[in-house]
Amino acid sequence: MNLVQFQQAVPLEWYLILSATLFAFGVVGFLIKRNLITVFMSIELMLNAVNLSFVTFAHQWHAVKGQIFVFFVMMVAAAEAAVGLAIIIAVFRTRATLAVDRIDRMKL
Amino acid sequence: MHLILFIIFAGFCLGGAINLLLQSHPINSALSLIVVMSSLAVLYLLLGAEFLAAAQVIVYAGAIMVLFTFVVMLLNAGREERTLSSRAARAVGFPAVVAILSVIATVIVKTQGIGTAGLNQGITTTQELSKVLFTELLLPFEVTSVLILIAILGAVALARRGHGEQPFEAESKGNEERTAAK
Repeated sequence: MNLVQFQQAVPLEWYLILSATLFAFGVVGFLIKRNLITVFMSIELMLNAVNLSFVTFAHQWHAVKGQIFVFFVMMVAAAEAAVGLAIIIAVFRTRATLAVDRIDRMKL
Repeated sequence: MHLILFIIFAGFCLGGAINLLLQSHPINSALSLIVVMSSLAVLYLLLGAEFLAAAQVIVYAGAIMVLFTFVVMLLNAGREERTLSSRAARAVGFPAVVAILSVIATVIVKTQGIGTAGLNQGITTTQELSKVLFTELLLPFEVTSVLILIAILGAVALARRGHGEQPFEAESKGNEERTAAK
C-alpha cells in the first residue's frame, strides 16, 4: 500500500519544470506577440508560472510564508492589471492602434 | 490519483499556453489564458494550498481575466499583423528562450533533495495562513491595501479623458459616420 502511494506521488521537480516551461512560453509570447493586450497577457502568464514555483517550494519546506508571498503577488498583479489596462485604453485613445510596432514613443 | 490529476492539468496548462501563443485574435488568447489559470488552481490544490487555489480562481481567472476580456471587447482589438520586427524577434527570441529553459531544467533536474507531493500530504489550511498573515505580516498586508487604493485612483485618472486633449480620432471618425448615416 505504502509502495503504491509512493509510486503515485509526483516529484516536485515536475512542478518546477512545468513552471519553467510556462515561464518560457510567457517570454516567447512577450517577444513574438504584436498586440499590446496579448503582450500584457504573456506577462500575466509569467507571473503565474513564478507563483507555481513559489507554491511548490512552500510545499517542499512546509512554509506558510511562501504561500503568503503568492497572495501578495496576486494582489500586486491585480493592481498592475488595472493600471496597465487603463494605460492601454489611454494609448488606444490617442493612437487608435494596438500594434506594438506603431507605438514607438513614450509620449501619449 | 495525484499523478493522474497532475498529468491532466499540467497538460491543460501547457496546451492553454501554446494556444495563447498560436492564436492571432486576442479574445482567443484571453480564453486560453483562463484555461491556464484555472488548471493552475487545481495544481495549487494538489500542492495543498487550498486558499491560494480559491484565490487563483476568484482573482486571476475571475477578476483579472474579466478585465482583460472587457478591454479586448471595448477596444475591438482585431487580428494582429506580422511585421519585420516580429520575424526578427522570432529568429532571435526562440533560440534564446530554448537556451534559458534548458539551463533552468538542467539545474532543476540535477538538484538533489527535492521531495515529492502526494494527496493528503501537508495541506496548509486557511487558518494557518491567516494566522501568519494577520499577526507577523500585518504591516505588508495593510501596505498592499494602500497599493490597491492607489492603483484604483491611477486607473481612473488614466482611463478618464483629460480636459485639454484633442478629441480622440477614431471616435470623431465614428461620429462622422453616424452623422453621415443620419
